[in-house]
Amino acid sequence: MHVAPESPWRIIYNLRARAIFYQVACGAAVVLIAYFLFANASENLARQNIATGFSYLSREAGFVISQSPIAYQPSDTYVRALLVGILNTVRVSSAAAIFATVIGTLVGVGRLSSNPLLSRIAMVYVEILRNVPLLLFLFLWYAIIITALPPVRQAFQILPAVYLSNSGLVIPSITCSDELTWIALALAVGIVAAIIIARALRRSRITTGIERRVWPFVVSALMLPSLATILILRPSVMVDWPELGRFRLAGGAQLMPEFVALLLGLTLSASANVAEIVRSGIVSIRKGQWEAAASLGLRRPLSLRLVILPQALRVIIPPMTSTYLNVFKNSSLAIAIGYPDLVMVSNTTMNQTGQAIEPIALFMMVYLSLSLAISAFMNWYNARVALRG
Amino acid sequence: MQLVKSELAPRKSRPRQGVGLHKLLAPYFGTPGNVAITIICLALVALIAAKAISWLVLDAVFSGNPATCKASVGACWPFITSKFRFMVFGFYPYEEQWRPVAALAIFFAACGISMNPATWGRKLAAFWAIALLVIFWLMLGGVLGLEYVPTAKWGGLPLSFMLSFIGLAAAFPLGIVLALARASKLPVIKVLAIAFIELVRGVPLISILFMASVMLPLFMPDGFTIDKLLRAQVAIILFAAAYVAEIVRGGLQAIPKGQYEASAAMGLHYWQMMRLIVLPQAIKIMIPPLVTLFIGFFQDTTLVVIVGLLDFLDTIRSAMRDPQWQGIAVLEGYVFAATVYLLFSTIMGAYSRFLERHFRMGHD
Repeated sequence: MHVAPESPWRIIYNLRARAIFYQVACGAAVVLIAYFLFANASENLARQNIATGFSYLSREAGFVISQSPIAYQPSDTYVRALLVGILNTVRVSSAAAIFATVIGTLVGVGRLSSNPLLSRIAMVYVEILRNVPLLLFLFLWYAIIITALPPVRQAFQILPAVYLSNSGLVIPSITCSDELTWIALALAVGIVAAIIIARALRRSRITTGIERRVWPFVVSALMLPSLATILILRPSVMVDWPELGRFRLAGGAQLMPEFVALLLGLTLSASANVAEIVRSGIVSIRKGQWEAAASLGLRRPLSLRLVILPQALRVIIPPMTSTYLNVFKNSSLAIAIGYPDLVMVSNTTMNQTGQAIEPIALFMMVYLSLSLAISAFMNWYNARVALRG
Repeated sequence: MQLVKSELAPRKSRPRQGVGLHKLLAPYFGTPGNVAITIICLALVALIAAKAISWLVLDAVFSGNPATCKASVGACWPFITSKFRFMVFGFYPYEEQWRPVAALAIFFAACGISMNPATWGRKLAAFWAIALLVIFWLMLGGVLGLEYVPTAKWGGLPLSFMLSFIGLAAAFPLGIVLALARASKLPVIKVLAIAFIELVRGVPLISILFMASVMLPLFMPDGFTIDKLLRAQVAIILFAAAYVAEIVRGGLQAIPKGQYEASAAMGLHYWQMMRLIVLPQAIKIMIPPLVTLFIGFFQDTTLVVIVGLLDFLDTIRSAMRDPQWQGIAVLEGYVFAATVYLLFSTIMGAYSRFLERHFRMGHD
């Protein structure tokens, strides 16, 4: 097509004009679709007599939640039920993330063992967990706990004072008097003080060049405030040990089978991912780095800490972030086995109020903001360990 | 003085290398630490193997009915054999089940052919288009002499494959568009792409499936309904597209800037540059992670259970809920399903490693 030089149609060759046109068209399409959906939704809702808005949140929830880290009764509001769901989600996913990191690191190091038997076992562990759907494992663990484990009366004692039976896991519980908040506060002060002291010492080492022992100062800064608080306030700590009686387990804290199955499933599947990440992180550091560190006179633990780990972490942290995010998002599978997490509470809310849009929007918002928070934190940490310059 | 030897050195026998027992055993028993590891591992393996063999074989029931299974403590294999066709095909009409078998056979044959990178090209794409049409005709029927089978009756393994395969196949072009939009210099398009990608990646798949199954009907005009299966499929496509987009972005970033500049210098415009220069190189980098993503999605399609579609995992669960067998075969179904998933995922994983080697060799 040829367009005469003085024709107004020349504008289609203008890059700026094109850019503006594309963007306006794209934005307009999105707005139109959104308007279309919104109009349909409001019409449908009005016709079906479904209430809109978030006023349901302050009404009485009226349903039972089988396990809750905070006090909750059916007479509480939907907001509180939602909060219980959020806390349950956070509880199970943070516990799973911690366990998975520990187990996964061990398995990842095991895969690199010089003993072929150990490395093969670690490989089989990783392959099975990565190649079978998590949901299937959740169903399987749940079925095993419910049907294959003995009743409470004959509970297995898997660790001292930890009992496993078909009604879940019983662990010792620790109750503490009200001073706990003060101790936590003192601990926080200690951490801040330790960081400040460590930084100051490092700065003085860099400026003066004199090497001093750092850890006694840091450890005492960390410990002293909380120790002092404990000595002054003298809180009473009570450990409630479960005891296997004739018919039931007395004392301790009861973890429901749903929680145990979910925790087990999430932990194992994430640990396989962590194992792969740790393995590739260690493998990515070339042997020359160890040798160079040794030729500088560093002993093995010191070269690990100063030379190998800082480089391996750089490789490990970005995929670790997505593993943690996956644990957090996968905890939503809880609904399949009936653990009252955020999704399940929202689902019950949806069924009871008949409102679908608001609960789904709410729980998506919660997931999104927590995901963004986790990735922001991990990005910050990643930026700290990344190469500078 | 003689500096050079005048006679031959005495012949010595070649040092024994071979596979001496001590060399074979060295990694297992070489050091005290390794001895301990070996003993612990052997004990662990023996313990698990003993339990597994006694449950799977020794105490298992191989033929009989629910009553004989109930009397035994081992696995109940008659459950699997008598429920096999239901587990694999779900509620698909019994007499018509040759159709999903044929569809799966065509699908596997097409996959087998496409596994060889030498076949990739336009012809293969055309072949896939025809194969998919035939598969749909076989599954849905209604024309050319086949009885109509509504999607509500589809289930089992064909459904699982369909959801994950079509999910990723359709997500691929969408993901490329999203990644290009994200890399675009036009702020509105870039922001929209980032918003979509981060929103989808920030929420679990379940929430997208919930949206599709519960919320979407509310957003459609009155009287306009979309098939339940199609809704889940669209949800999976949109979800996968965001993840594909991130892989494509990684691939685009790996292409040196000089390639963009060179194609601009050749006078290619944006789409020509992407289609002819950048994407062909980027796709090579993207394929191994895409296969890994596919393995993940093959497993993630099990989540459609939660919105009430009868995929492979759900047909197994329904089989276990059969009143005749309820409470008798509680683990066998899961073990069977796990074996199937393990088999397919392992094949795909091995293929992904093959591709990685293949492309690495191609680069040098």
